[in-house]
Amino acid sequence: MAITVPRPNLNWRERMFLPAIVAGLLITLKHFKNMIFRRTKVTMQYPEEKWDSNLPEHYRGAPALVRDTDGRVRCVACQLCEFICPPRAIKIIPGEISKNDRFAKVEKYPEEFDIDMVRCIFCGMCEEVCPEQAIYLRKDYAITGFTREDMMHRKDKLLEIGGVMHGVVLKWNEKK
Amino acid sequence: MDYFFIGTSLLKIIGMIFIVILPMVSYAVYAERRISALIQDRLGPNRVGPAGLFQPIADAAKFLLKEDFTPATVNTFYYWLAPCLAMIPAIMTIAVVPFGSTLFGVPMVIADINVGILYVFAIASLGVYGIVLGGWASNSKYPFLGGVRSSSQMISYELSLALAVIPVFLLVGNLRLTSVVQYQIEHGWLIAPFIGDWSNLGKWLLAIPMIVSFAVFMVAVFAETNRLPFDLPEAEQELAGGYHTEYSSMKFALFFLGEYAAMISGSAIVVTLFLGGWHFPGIPDGSRGWIFGLINIAVFFAKVAALIFFMMWVRWTLPRFRWDQLMRLGWLFFFEIALVNIFIVAIILMYFHF
Repeated sequence: MAITVPRPNLNWRERMFLPAIVAGLLITLKHFKNMIFRRTKVTMQYPEEKWDSNLPEHYRGAPALVRDTDGRVRCVACQLCEFICPPRAIKIIPGEISKNDRFAKVEKYPEEFDIDMVRCIFCGMCEEVCPEQAIYLRKDYAITGFTREDMMHRKDKLLEIGGVMHGVVLKWNEKK
Repeated sequence: MDYFFIGTSLLKIIGMIFIVILPMVSYAVYAERRISALIQDRLGPNRVGPAGLFQPIADAAKFLLKEDFTPATVNTFYYWLAPCLAMIPAIMTIAVVPFGSTLFGVPMVIADINVGILYVFAIASLGVYGIVLGGWASNSKYPFLGGVRSSSQMISYELSLALAVIPVFLLVGNLRLTSVVQYQIEHGWLIAPFIGDWSNLGKWLLAIPMIVSFAVFMVAVFAETNRLPFDLPEAEQELAGGYHTEYSSMKFALFFLGEYAAMISGSAIVVTLFLGGWHFPGIPDGSRGWIFGLINIAVFFAKVAALIFFMMWVRWTLPRFRWDQLMRLGWLFFFEIALVNIFIVAIILMYFHF
């Protein structure tokens, strides 16, 4: 059903449009004045002002590998994150830990651990799937580079971002 | 003596164009962007240099380095001619505008001809050729529509533009722009002739048609310079840029800067005709020393800058008129108002003598 919207009948003052024009000019002047006297809140000026201190606890930034309190790389090269990763950004080459090592019980360690940050979609599935709590999404979000190689996070870079994490999973520990 | 005249004239032309008009044009673009941003609660360009003041230089460098593309189907001669025709008339009208009193005894006007305002109208209406030729030579639908709109709009508003200044010349009795300014110094600014002569009833009466005349002239200048609310030839939303859709690089920049140059020359004419030119109450002219000559020039350009601010303020307040509304406004309202206004001024002049 068609709805007819009645047009308002304007009186002569409204039809001159001058009061409306003046009112409009005053509104824009008010905005101009408030901006000049810095009374209006404006967008954050990104490179100078940053959000970093206000990032929420659950923020998902760049994925990173962590060491435990003994300085050991927590990752045991189970490759679950490599399989779960939707854009296939993770590539792991596992290595074997020798029999007489202190952490021999763990058996495997990542010889190479690459995350291609061009591909990574910051979904956090790697963190979710990791049985060792070895991979975490940190708060770094400004990941830039001039080449594809720059955007490839190798194992040392990942450990540098990750740092040390205190946690409960200590698979190498005889008592657990 | 002749060599002195030629030398000072050349100096005035070069100084006016390269020191005043062109920097003013580029900074008018910057001002437009900053003012529009402030009105819309944004910040505008603030990255290049302190407070973004080098933005015009960056813009110019960008325009020069862009590819100058000429579409295969255009009429090349007119396609190349149009941007020049958009820029040149806007700058040429400045020639007759007195932008200061005197400096070291040299009158601060490039050409003090006795048909001043006629020259302005003759040259300013050439500006439409730039747009029409640009629209037609592009051989494309949107620019063509923009050119057609522009020609009809310019022709309609030229009429009220010319009729609105007739009251000024009824009062002054001379078409020379320097004598218009001289009249305003002696009898008060034409927008408010009663200032300084408060008890004169005739001047209070005269103020009413003069303000109407000023308003009509100002609206006509808006239409002549294709500024919003009358920017139908460009109409970015409906015509994809209008007459300069097919232009790129420096040719586009010439159209763009031509609009701002037209704004500056239009404001200069309004200031000269209605707002007292370089005169400011209490400041003597350049014959009392060169410092006052410089102050007079500064006063003139301060008035022009204030009017340009007003034009930008209006642009970011009012929406664009529809084409038929524009034509109705021009032919049915402003034309009649200007015509009746002439008679009112004539009747006032019959009974009161100034």
